Amino acid sequence: MTVSSTSHQQEQGRFITVMKDILARPSGRIGLTLVLFHILLALLSPLIAPYDFKLQNSSLMLSPPSSEHWLGADHLGRDILSRTLMGGREALLVTGIATPLAVIWGGFIGILFGLVGGRVDEVLMRVVDAFLSLPWILKMLVLIVTFGTGIGVLIPTLTFFYGIPVIRVARAATHDIIARDFVWAAKARGHSRISIIWRELLPNVLDTLMVEGAMRWSWMLLAFSSLSFLGFGVSPPTPDWGLMISDARGFMSFAPWGVIAPVIGLSSLIIGINLSADALAKALGIDRAQKAPM
Amino acid sequence: MPQSLFIDIKNLSVGYTSRSGKTIPVLRDVNLSITRGDSIGLVGESGSGKSTLALAAMGYFKRGLHVISGQVQFDGIDMLNIERNALQRLRGGRLALIPQNSGQSLTPNLRIGQQIIEALRLHSDLPATGFDAGVIDLLSQVRLPDPIGLTDRYPHELSGGQQQRVAIAMALASDPEALLLDEPTTGLDVTTQAHIMELLRDLAKDRNLAMLYVSHDLGAIARVCNKVMVMYAGETVLTGSAKQVLLSPRHPYAHGLLASIPRLNEASLPQALDGRPPMPSETITGCAFADRCKLADQTCHSSPPPLNHLETGEAVRCFHHDQIGQLNRKPEKSARSNPVVADKDIALSLANLAVSYSRPGLLSKLFTPQDTPPSTVDRITIDIKKGETLGLVGESGSGKSTILKTIAGMVPAQSGNIILNQTEPLDTMVEKRPAAYLRQVQIIFQNPDDSLNPRHTVAQILAQPLRLYYGLSGTPLRDRSIAILEQVRLGEHYLERLPSQLSGGEKQRVAIARAFAADPEIILCDEVTSALDVSVQAAVLDLLDVLKRQDGTTYIFVSHDLAVVKAISDRVAVLYQGRICEIGPVAAVYSAPFHPYTDALLGAVLEPDPDVAPRLTADDAVELSPPKTGCPFQRRCPRKLGSICETNIPTAQEIAPGHIIHCHIPQVDL
Repeated sequence: MTVSSTSHQQEQGRFITVMKDILARPSGRIGLTLVLFHILLALLSPLIAPYDFKLQNSSLMLSPPSSEHWLGADHLGRDILSRTLMGGREALLVTGIATPLAVIWGGFIGILFGLVGGRVDEVLMRVVDAFLSLPWILKMLVLIVTFGTGIGVLIPTLTFFYGIPVIRVARAATHDIIARDFVWAAKARGHSRISIIWRELLPNVLDTLMVEGAMRWSWMLLAFSSLSFLGFGVSPPTPDWGLMISDARGFMSFAPWGVIAPVIGLSSLIIGINLSADALAKALGIDRAQKAPM
Repeated sequence: MPQSLFIDIKNLSVGYTSRSGKTIPVLRDVNLSITRGDSIGLVGESGSGKSTLALAAMGYFKRGLHVISGQVQFDGIDMLNIERNALQRLRGGRLALIPQNSGQSLTPNLRIGQQIIEALRLHSDLPATGFDAGVIDLLSQVRLPDPIGLTDRYPHELSGGQQQRVAIAMALASDPEALLLDEPTTGLDVTTQAHIMELLRDLAKDRNLAMLYVSHDLGAIARVCNKVMVMYAGETVLTGSAKQVLLSPRHPYAHGLLASIPRLNEASLPQALDGRPPMPSETITGCAFADRCKLADQTCHSSPPPLNHLETGEAVRCFHHDQIGQLNRKPEKSARSNPVVADKDIALSLANLAVSYSRPGLLSKLFTPQDTPPSTVDRITIDIKKGETLGLVGESGSGKSTILKTIAGMVPAQSGNIILNQTEPLDTMVEKRPAAYLRQVQIIFQNPDDSLNPRHTVAQILAQPLRLYYGLSGTPLRDRSIAILEQVRLGEHYLERLPSQLSGGEKQRVAIARAFAADPEIILCDEVTSALDVSVQAAVLDLLDVLKRQDGTTYIFVSHDLAVVKAISDRVAVLYQGRICEIGPVAAVYSAPFHPYTDALLGAVLEPDPDVAPRLTADDAVELSPPKTGCPFQRRCPRKLGSICETNIPTAQEIAPGHIIHCHIPQVDL
């Protein structure tokens, strides 16, 4: 048995222990259940939705929940249940691709800055800070207005903007790790730079990046829904929670079901992701306040 | 004043609920009572529950802990069922706590004066007009120099010892009747520690305080406490007067603990206490200490011993306390015979080594070139022979770790040379050194939690030097790793473990194994035992000694603990502000004649013996940078001659062959 195969087993073993730890926490159980439920729904909703999401029925306009239309109908007389069930598909698809991409590029640049250190790092980080000080929605709208809407623009835009805060986190984690004695020890032994980054630094930074990724995912979902709400995300008639909330907003006083249904859809997914991220952080031991007594 | 029980803890059990829902006790049926004027020392290894017990006396439990049974009374008040506001008034009022790291308990953005005023406002009857005078009074009581000037300073402008004194002053603001101290001097220098112990001792006496002193340091306990309680695995195993417990302990654990402390008056290595204490989650059927006890028999493993109260006043939890005499205090282990190194080759030469951390900016280089601060480390010239152990001692800031890092190439030298095996000088930065040299010098760090990558298994940790230097892989790599693990007395089954699954001592053994895996000629040990419990420290020192005998390795051993350095070293260099004060064979440095600084250091060491008082010669002021000219110790030296000490660098006086003292005082007077 070689050491590399044992390290592989070790990683597998760690995955299992971390999963067990997540599932042992109420937050992890509830969170993962919600996330899993939404992913399944996104995959299966075309099959289980009771009506066609595009089907307009003027006689049903703004009708309240009934035995045929459990959640009522919207201002165009479309079935709200069907649209809510399918309303997360676009959001999950876009953020599901953009989140890992954002963590990868942000993490890469952040680790690089952290390793370079010194003045270069200081100056570049001030650029990042300046960038972060602008409201994100403005920056994104500029890009979207310039290049147009649609997945082809949304995914790169979200990836770009949500990678930037990851730079900060990855850089801070890198700074933390490279100051520790085990990195000094590796340097003193004369390991190559690549070997130090690969063996000593990355495994430790990846934990932080995973938690950061989970948090970024929920932020990104919110951003995506906000863009849809403003009319820059998904184009009608595709069902999307943000868009649905925006459409139903005007009728909220007499047909609140049109807003409530997509809000529950969106918030339950975001809460699910946040709870899972929380449990993941604790399982990885990143959250120090919650360590066992003694 | 009647001697009524002041703090009274009865049959207290405290535990936490594990994830599987089981209640796991960390304190089991503990009794503790303190009267006013008493000071009780609470001793035990980490995890023994001593801090939990001390905090329980305040009615405080760390997050997750809860009381299983028992009661805690403070002057007749039930601390476990007291109203929140009343409890708040008691804490910091009649009952004050001095925590371990007071640098962290002072608010960084408030001046010292303001912080103490806050304590006075909350917890004293002084009128607001009397606050300023009250602050000055408190600061003088804790013997801080220039109390008026101090009130305007911020915590970071104070040294660790001064911060600790301010914390004591704040605790005294309420005129407390009881004082809880949780390792108040851990992390402080020996001279500072000795001064603070004297202060606490006098305060306790003057104010007739009830004091509970938690420490792993038996020397400190011996100095301030009249009674001692030894804890093990959440239980009281021995109580008695300080003299009884520290001089003739009646419990095998206390006996072992005392034997594992290195002492200045002994030349041999301390005796290690094998094994480790049980985890709180382990079920214990008999005596918790049975697995590590030499006296243990069948009964000890099957039934738990009761706490026996002896006529002499002690209470001991042991079936065999009358056989304690069989545990020979000093067994057959003879005094450590140092290997003869006189005729060996020189392994490492440091020639006039200097290190400076300051990097003057361009402007100051142009306009005030004469203002460059003196180097942090300067004039270090030492030849270390093969197989020799050189100890470097000094307080924090003495440059001892800097010297190690410079040898390892992590900190660039400003000038001077590092010469390995009498060849040409090494490049000062590790990246530029030839690979063959890198293998020959290995370093072991202070804290294994920091020096072992938490994501690597022991196998991966050991594989790093073995692959890098020897290109091993596959079965040969594994076989060699196992062989090395066995050398450090760990078995094959440790290979797949992560550092978090090891105890502190085991981690340090893995760190030692990693250093030895390179088969180096020189090992640099940077405070390698100071993060460990004393019993573990003894085992690690013993291991280092055995490995050195096998391999003939040369050690440079850095420590702030004079007794540890004495136990392991052949030769010692005493450093102050990055300059050598005295260097020579161990026996010569640790006996007269002394450099005044060596004398101050040795005098301040607290021995675990209530009859031995420290000699405090120099004050404990901390200097941030060495003086520009003259002797580095001039500002604190109790025997300063005069202006010659401020202007001239003291010459090296060779007292005996190899024993050199850098001082202006003539040899006959030293």
